[in-house]
Amino acid sequence: MNPSLSFLSLLSLLLLFSSALSFQSDELPFNDDDEFEGLRSSPGSASVAPPVRRRPDLDISSASDSKSLQFSLEHSLGDSEFSVAGTFTARLKSWTHGAQTLTKLRFTRNAISDTEKGLFERLLEDDDFYTIRIPSNVLNPSGKDYVVSSVRARCLPRESLDEHFVIHTDGVNVLSVNYGSAGGCQYPRPLKSPSKWSFSSYTVLKNSEQAPRTPTFVEQIIASENALEEGLQPPEKSFWAKYWMYILPIGFVLVNAMAQAANAAAEDQNQGGQPSQRAPAVRRR
Amino acid sequence: MEARFLLGFLLLLSLSSFAFAIYEDQVGLADWHKRYIGKVKHAVFHTQKTGRRRVVVSTEENAIASLDLRTGDILWRHVLGKNDAVDQIGLSLGKYVLTLSSQGSVLRAWNLPDGQMVWETDLQISNPSNSFLHVLGNVKSGRDSLSLVCNGGSIRAVSSIDGLVVWKKDLSIDGLKLKHVFQPPESDTIYAIGFIDSSLIALYHINAKTGELLKHATQASSVDLSSEISAISSDSLVALDTSRSNLLLIKFMAGTITNHKLPLSDIVQDFSGLAELIPTKSNDIFVVKTPSNVAFIKVKGDNEIELIGKADEAGIVSDSLTLSEEEQAFAVVHHSNNAISLQVRINGREALTEGIKIEDHRGHVKRVFLNNYVRTDKSHGFRALIVMEDESLLLMQQGEVVWSREDGLASISDAVVAELPVEKEGGVSVVEVEHTLLEWLKGHMLKLKGTLMLSTPDDMAAIQAMHLKSTERNKMTRDHNGFRKLIIVLTRSGKVYALHTGDGRIVWAHLLTPLLQSESCPSPSVLTLRNWRVPHRKALQENPSILLVGRCGAGPESHGFLFIVDSYSGKVLETQILDHSIAEVVPLPLADSSEQKLHLVIDDKLNAHLYPRGSDALEVFVREMANMYYYKVENAKEVIKGYAFKKGCSTGSSAYCFGTRELWSVVFPSDSERIVATARRKINEVVHTQAKIMTNQDVMYKYITKNILFVATVSPKAAGGIGSAAPDDAWLVAYLIDTVTGRILHRVTHQGAQGPVHAVVSENWVVYHYFNLRAHRYEMTVIEIYDQSRADNKDVMKLVLGKHNLTAPITSYSRPEIATKSQSYFFTHSVKAIAVTTTARGITSKQILIGTIGDQVLALDKRYLDPRRTANPSQEEKEEGIIPLTDTLPIIPQSYVTHTRQVGDLRGIMSFPANLESTTHVFSYGIDLFYTRIAPSRTYDSLTDEFSYVLLLITVVVLIVAILVTWAMSQKKDLQEKWR
Repeated sequence: MNPSLSFLSLLSLLLLFSSALSFQSDELPFNDDDEFEGLRSSPGSASVAPPVRRRPDLDISSASDSKSLQFSLEHSLGDSEFSVAGTFTARLKSWTHGAQTLTKLRFTRNAISDTEKGLFERLLEDDDFYTIRIPSNVLNPSGKDYVVSSVRARCLPRESLDEHFVIHTDGVNVLSVNYGSAGGCQYPRPLKSPSKWSFSSYTVLKNSEQAPRTPTFVEQIIASENALEEGLQPPEKSFWAKYWMYILPIGFVLVNAMAQAANAAAEDQNQGGQPSQRAPAVRRR
Repeated sequence: MEARFLLGFLLLLSLSSFAFAIYEDQVGLADWHKRYIGKVKHAVFHTQKTGRRRVVVSTEENAIASLDLRTGDILWRHVLGKNDAVDQIGLSLGKYVLTLSSQGSVLRAWNLPDGQMVWETDLQISNPSNSFLHVLGNVKSGRDSLSLVCNGGSIRAVSSIDGLVVWKKDLSIDGLKLKHVFQPPESDTIYAIGFIDSSLIALYHINAKTGELLKHATQASSVDLSSEISAISSDSLVALDTSRSNLLLIKFMAGTITNHKLPLSDIVQDFSGLAELIPTKSNDIFVVKTPSNVAFIKVKGDNEIELIGKADEAGIVSDSLTLSEEEQAFAVVHHSNNAISLQVRINGREALTEGIKIEDHRGHVKRVFLNNYVRTDKSHGFRALIVMEDESLLLMQQGEVVWSREDGLASISDAVVAELPVEKEGGVSVVEVEHTLLEWLKGHMLKLKGTLMLSTPDDMAAIQAMHLKSTERNKMTRDHNGFRKLIIVLTRSGKVYALHTGDGRIVWAHLLTPLLQSESCPSPSVLTLRNWRVPHRKALQENPSILLVGRCGAGPESHGFLFIVDSYSGKVLETQILDHSIAEVVPLPLADSSEQKLHLVIDDKLNAHLYPRGSDALEVFVREMANMYYYKVENAKEVIKGYAFKKGCSTGSSAYCFGTRELWSVVFPSDSERIVATARRKINEVVHTQAKIMTNQDVMYKYITKNILFVATVSPKAAGGIGSAAPDDAWLVAYLIDTVTGRILHRVTHQGAQGPVHAVVSENWVVYHYFNLRAHRYEMTVIEIYDQSRADNKDVMKLVLGKHNLTAPITSYSRPEIATKSQSYFFTHSVKAIAVTTTARGITSKQILIGTIGDQVLALDKRYLDPRRTANPSQEEKEEGIIPLTDTLPIIPQSYVTHTRQVGDLRGIMSFPANLESTTHVFSYGIDLFYTRIAPSRTYDSLTDEFSYVLLLITVVVLIVAILVTWAMSQKKDLQEKWR
């Protein structure tokens, strides 16, 4: 039994009841619209931010404040220094109990300059690494810690340069960014140039999954055992189906014995007057 | 009728091999268990006229043991907990061993003959510091004797009979540290002397029966006092000042204290450096050890002292041994090359000098304990217990080593496995002829009796002894099944031992660090060992060798060194002091033309140095360099970083030195996560199949990669012990990270869970163990990872036509589509170590080897940790062997690999494959060593040793006889039929 699910259903039930019985608010539910913000993002922007999975233990109604923030993506082509290559925009949502989470991530890439294009072509030739980094603490990006990720440059080119970001966050901290091509990357990596020198980016924000609680199901086991006894009892077999293997040989023996007895009786009748002859007769047979 | 009987018998026979555990009489057939005690730090001799002569020792592994002085065997042993270090041991009442441990807060009494604990007293000391134990010899309150435990400024008197605190005196003076307690004979007053803030000397008179403070006095000292003192008589002691070059003679007569400063240079000529005071007991003599010599000094009259003896070379000096009122003996031990000279000095005069040759693999003498005995001619004889650099223990008497113990093996830090030599054809006689015909006959009679179940217990014992002696097991050659191997272990002291898997005997042992000791390498210490050359294809005839890597100094920036050692003989083949430091050694899955394995040594500046040095090694490496990655877990910074290698390094221009460049990093937020455990797959693990067939005939592909790293982090609040954090403040996050790209493949949070975390990664799964605060129980979780990108390779037609992507090379740069399955279970025990069985080809099902809190090794079937378990498995699932889900993992008593044995202070479990697929070797180590062979799926590929060939033979014979008899009968019957 998923506890979070039951909790949610309980909550909704409670809400239903309370709304039915007492004060009815006509306020638009604020959070619901937030949930689907990601899907409503303009098709023009290259980024897709799927709805962030909310921690099940967080109270939905406790969201109080959200503000927008920006942080930059920096890249390094080969051994060059890191330079700004794009900007992430996200909303920072503060919960009443103090936690903050990032939602609604959007990404805009800067256009590729000619020098960068040249460098990238070098990378493709050398099968070298294209490295990106973003600050690990997005609230104060001045911090020294960056999460870094690299990919072999030859994995990126398709039509354009397809890139795929998976940003693992824990509240406001970025743990790691998985950067790579949108699809697979075959090996050995052939040299090919993109037809269009621009990035098409996909971004995904990921939070930690909650492990399900270890089931303590002493009662369930008992219940299941009962169920086993009741439900899964094998259908009653007929008497014949159960015991045919015993009945058949016994029947054989009986028939045999009866035949013998009948035989013996017949012989007895034949040689009725000479009982002294009987024993050798039997022996001979 | 007869046939049915036989059938039943055969059935029984086949059933017997399905038994899971081993039988009582199989103990010791494949396993061995060795007990050690560790490096001795205290020793108390018990050599009274009656009873066994024994020595009670405490060790740095927190063990207390009683050893037989004649043989060195352990009479009894107790291993205290990890945080329960023994401070002091003493004897009381002639029958109890007292141990003061945990920085003076726990006092225990053990019964001397059998080691039973008699009592234990928690002294409830608020600020544990250096404390000492003083057993009052002659004060008797009733028939009891008291033991005094002094800790800082407080004294506790503990009854030796029942451990009750008789009285307690807190002198409650800040900075007071009691140094010495004594009681003059026939007196009820205890004198306690201490220093206050290293400038005041304080003397207290205390009533021995009540603890009442009778008198006290303080006196300013003329020098800054260090903590080293030596009590030289009933009214005086000698202290060393903080500069370690002046002595202070302190006298306390009739309640007053006088002190007198004596520069050491006045007493000992050409004194320089730092002196050391050897603790003594009385008799106006004390011993000062200086870097160049050992001086025996006598105090005469008022403030006059005299040098009465000197041992020139700096040696190791024992504590003083009181022979009589007048006589004090010391042992001074010198070590040169491979000889020890033991010098016993009575009152500073040389009384006895003995020299002994010892094996040169033992290093220098570290400690010596002296004991005396009465010789047959009524004179004093001496024996000395010597602790060597390799932590072995020797008993010397009459110029001979009476016994020696290899107690270095109690502190194994690393281990690898090596093969034994191949049996030479014609060289070694293969079959050893049995000694005499009679013996041979006897043996076979016994065996026959055993198989026919006619043997008496005595016979059984004899059979078992025969089994144990069987040479087949202990031969020094490689066998077909791969049962005989060498386990090469590295101990804390830097000694390397090769142990035979047959009986655990030491084949060779070497202490290598003294070979290196020089100016360029002041304090060498070995860090790790690796297989350097494994017999394989081309190098089949070459001896395998191992690589030992170490550091010349303590810091991480000190230069490294490496040794290459022959596995068969322990001979050093190559020694090299490196010009760079050593942070990590990375074995590569490559080898050069002479089958030497390639290793990368990463230094503290993150340069990679390739070994072995050789053009072909370089060529092999450079060819594969683009596909090599390295990762580093920086525990202090909560960061994991990944690197690629590039040509040219930052420190030099050597062709074998490569630079690194950072490719990825994972930064854990330091305010919410702390790395507590990491685990990865064994580099040489073999996976038999990449597909797993589900009950519904569906195929799941395992996500198998060697580059998977399991990381567990906990919240900082929960980083302490269990109970330090509330369930709401504790969480544990488990990560699976690809070490090539830094991709987080899977991440899951366990709320209300905390460490300690133990994890093992194998094939496509990880199993980890942690504590669940909400359920108040330990838990184990399994995560299995499946590759979804290959999931559509189910079509048999596709497979036949070759239209599948199973043989395509896999690159980590492709975004993996993985699916994880996970399940958690409660587990009763806390865990000390965790490992998994490995077999030669990976076909045999796996068992998880768990080192339990009881120092045993439990083999838990992986089937219990299968995420597909459900509470009500369907018929098909049952047929497949899926066990119904329970919330707790079962602990089956028969599945303890260690059966009745305990591996004291278990620290590691190692599993390595035999050539026989069904069998795996298990070696677990702590203070003790335990080795056995296990077959997780039973020995399906060979007949077991206990297979009854006789019974098989009898069966065959009986069958033939039966056939003959029935044939004859039928012949006869036919004949009769025809005559009718």
